[in-house]
Amino acid sequence: MSSTLASRPPVVADEPAFADPPTLGRRSVFQSAAGGRSVRHALAVAGRASVAIVAFLALWEVAPRAGWVDPVFLPPFSTVARTFAELVADGTLVTHTTTSLARAGAGFAIALVIAVPLGLVIGSSSRVSSYLTPFFEIFRNTAALALLPVFILLLGIGETSKVAIVVYACFFPLLLSAILGVRTVDPLLVKSARSLGIGRVALFAKVVLPSAVPTVFTGIRMAATSSVLVLLAAEMVGAKAGLGYFITYTQFNFQIPEMYAGIVAIALVGLAVNAVLVSVERRLSRWRAA
Amino acid sequence: MTAQPRLAFEGVRKEFDVRGAGAGQRFVALEDFTLAVAPGELVTVVGPSGCGKSTLLDLVTGLSAPTAGRILLDGRPVTGPGLDRGIVFQQYALLPWRSAQGNVELGLEGRGLRRAERQRIAREHLALVGLEGFEQRYPHELSGGMKQRVAIARSLAFDPEVLLMDEPFAALDAQTREQLQDELLRIWRATGKTILFITHGIEEAVYLGQRIVVLTPRPGRVRDVIDVDLGDRTVGSSTDLRSDPRFVAYRHRVWDALHDRPAATTVSAGEVAAEKEVAHV
Repeated sequence: MSSTLASRPPVVADEPAFADPPTLGRRSVFQSAAGGRSVRHALAVAGRASVAIVAFLALWEVAPRAGWVDPVFLPPFSTVARTFAELVADGTLVTHTTTSLARAGAGFAIALVIAVPLGLVIGSSSRVSSYLTPFFEIFRNTAALALLPVFILLLGIGETSKVAIVVYACFFPLLLSAILGVRTVDPLLVKSARSLGIGRVALFAKVVLPSAVPTVFTGIRMAATSSVLVLLAAEMVGAKAGLGYFITYTQFNFQIPEMYAGIVAIALVGLAVNAVLVSVERRLSRWRAA
Repeated sequence: MTAQPRLAFEGVRKEFDVRGAGAGQRFVALEDFTLAVAPGELVTVVGPSGCGKSTLLDLVTGLSAPTAGRILLDGRPVTGPGLDRGIVFQQYALLPWRSAQGNVELGLEGRGLRRAERQRIAREHLALVGLEGFEQRYPHELSGGMKQRVAIARSLAFDPEVLLMDEPFAALDAQTREQLQDELLRIWRATGKTILFITHGIEEAVYLGQRIVVLTPRPGRVRDVIDVDLGDRTVGSSTDLRSDPRFVAYRHRVWDALHDRPAATTVSAGEVAAEKEVAHV
């Protein structure tokens, strides 16, 4: 990977300078609406987007009631929704969600402030990054969960090991995307800026950093996704609070609707995290073609 | 009076190490390149690919240093990049996250100008290249021709002595290219800049140049320097200059110069490709 980057030829065709990170068509969903016609348009978009969701929930409701699945193991959606509302009202879900989010957020933030600057520095030198990138690739591709026993052995089953494994899971995607972001800056832009007599520091601030933003953001989204994932698994193994703990606890106690409510909470947390990141990303990359 | 040339090349030679080849293998990109460009002159450099055109440009820019010889700007040797030379690249090289205005301001930011002053200069130069009203557009919202206009405005905004243009219109469609060629002549007359214009198009070289430098490939060296006199070419004149007999004659002369190879040379694959590139013009 690093070798292909190092020997990247100068841009010959009129190609876009940056790879477009996968945004999965979200841009079009969020396009601003103005006037009555676009309100109708927005409703149509919302309608199209929710058809599959509504169908899925209907199936979930019908299947246990019709006896296609055992309602003990898969209660109808309405039961789960009612339990969810009760758990929100009595604060149980709120407590567990905040606990999980605090851990994931802390781990993510620690990884972010260390990995991104480090990656930008490493990426600035083609020599250093060609030595280190393959090494970091090994860590990124070692599933963090496989190392959970190691973290527990070294750091115990308290908060430290859980935050630490989130840091680990986030660190390498962030680091590698920052390296890649700097390495894939269009050489022509650098050449053009240098010909304008721009110094090294200004070149980094005005050319390298802005053009690395989209690539770094791909890493940020990957890291955020895996931070939640890894944390839940860690909480399932050993914790006294958190959504992962809540799900395993309710399963052991045969509180099946509660368990599903926890799962729904996780889905909503994932959606919310992603929505926040998408909106930040859009704010930072307004200059790009829609 | 024989004024000092604005830009002078004195026996410039540039060699590169050949990657993968044995030690001591050197590729000569440019050999014994000597040329003097007078202030306010528009010189075109034409040659097939592989004749060292881009190397030449990197040397004038100061991004690389000649192996031998000197490049003088107003009598002072070029030692590095500087705002006394403005460059326009074929691929525009605009920062996609900056508006047209922001891109033009880029070259002005290191000069300690006030923000309002920078904005004024940038707007003026965008107007000069005919982009009034497009200041806040991002590059992806502009056509190829408009992007190149922004790039030209950016290179003129910091008021360089010399404007270097590296096949700036090669990526544009034929009509836009002709339009921008006329624009360039107009801007050149309006600003009186010294322009070194690199191209692989014979017609373009004849149309724009007061003098044409014809290069030959491998190694790049000067084959011929042709003075062009096509009379008073005022923009907007109804005659089609390109079908003027004098234009055709110059065109043919450049073509001859480009194709005049020593008889002993066997035609390599690279040269065939180069010939094709010239032939499509």
